[in-house]
Amino acid sequence: MVIPGDVIETHGLKPGEGTYVEGGKVFASLLGIRSEHGGYVDVIPLTGRYIPRADDDVVGQVVDLGPSHWLVDINSPYPAPLHATESPWRVEFGETSHFMDVGDSLLARVISVDETKRVQITMRDQGLRRLTGGQIVEISYSKVPRVIGKSGSMISMIKSYTKTQAFVGQNGRIWVDGDPKDVIHAVRAVHMIDENAQAAGLTDAVEDYLAGAYGRKEG
Amino acid sequence: MIMVDVEPVEKEIQLLDANERRLDGRALDELRPIKIEAGVLRRADGSAHVEWGGNRVLAAVYGPREAHPRHLQDPARALVQCRYNMAPFSVSDRKRPGPDRRSVEISKVTSEAFSAVVFTEQFPRTSVDVFIEVLQADAGTRCAGITAAAVALADAGIPMRDLVTACASGKIAGKVALDLNKEEDNFGDADCPMAIVPRTGEIVLLQMDGHLTEDEFDQAMKLSIDATKRIYEMQKEALRRRYSTVAFDEPRAPAEVSA
Repeated sequence: MVIPGDVIETHGLKPGEGTYVEGGKVFASLLGIRSEHGGYVDVIPLTGRYIPRADDDVVGQVVDLGPSHWLVDINSPYPAPLHATESPWRVEFGETSHFMDVGDSLLARVISVDETKRVQITMRDQGLRRLTGGQIVEISYSKVPRVIGKSGSMISMIKSYTKTQAFVGQNGRIWVDGDPKDVIHAVRAVHMIDENAQAAGLTDAVEDYLAGAYGRKEG
Repeated sequence: MIMVDVEPVEKEIQLLDANERRLDGRALDELRPIKIEAGVLRRADGSAHVEWGGNRVLAAVYGPREAHPRHLQDPARALVQCRYNMAPFSVSDRKRPGPDRRSVEISKVTSEAFSAVVFTEQFPRTSVDVFIEVLQADAGTRCAGITAAAVALADAGIPMRDLVTACASGKIAGKVALDLNKEEDNFGDADCPMAIVPRTGEIVLLQMDGHLTEDEFDQAMKLSIDATKRIYEMQKEALRRRYSTVAFDEPRAPAEVSA
């Protein structure tokens, strides 16, 4: 674990995210875990706000309407406009409210983020849509990788035990839909991961919880 | 701590005994006991609580978030906005609540100190809001506040060059001393708070109340810089404690599920 200002040994690797170089040495700029990936030394943040990046899947909420766009809150410091041409519908000018109104939730993908952090998002891809049911759980965005698990193992375990549908947004919002009783268990499992993200044996603990809730091991 | 009303005390007060021990038994280069805890508030993105002698200070950090009002936004970088505030009950007489000349000044100098270390260019158009609340004051609250706010900023995951550490030195009974307490501040000759970036030794805040000769000033700086190294370790220790592996808890009831 590193703290801002700590020296990072690079062992010949290039300085990556969460680091900065000064006087030929590499330092951490974030509080996080040192990691090596693809020839770079990175600091994976343990806390912080979600900053959008291209190709991230996000769960958003409409906060404002324009004649040809929706303004979507994606749980980041920057609101994201969704242009009518990036929606799955044919929207006439001024008729955006016929499709989605303020307060509606949606699944979307970030197309691009420029250097001044202007964000563009799209709904024109498989699985991206307006949400009509279920629950949204908000967790710290730095714990999203733990909810997903190694190549999706954690989230698919939760889904198969609880028989719910789920979509994990990179922005720390997780949408869960299914039978209300099952949703409660899925949401508890997600909270468990959020609160114990650094704990060892997390997958087993979550599985124990789910197995206990459903009175069986998955078979 | 026993609160003593200073009013009936004679103006002449012996701040040092024959062995150069201070009123609270410290040596001239000794700090008051310091305790730092990170992550004490749930709603804030980052927070810290500092106990520094008789001082109790709470710091909370929010952001980066959209800067409001909009005209304050800087298209090239984030703003670092600070608010230093003393609770009405933080001093022995009631402090009239609200910003006054002193707290506006401290807010300004702290936000400038932190602007020097935060990578503001990574978050254009946003603001990082730092709140410093003094719950109990015993001299040196701005240093305690900065020390707490630096931990809170790291806890909030704000990218920075380094933490900021602050400590004051001053002059009592003709001698240069580290980290003055309330009596020493009130009846001493000078007080000189400073904040540094420990890794590089850069000074990001330096103020002085009273008079010091050049030699005394150099001596005071040296005392403060040595002390900030010790405080820096406590700050890092507090952050490590907060993020070290936690024991496994039962899941909490889903009371905060949004529909």
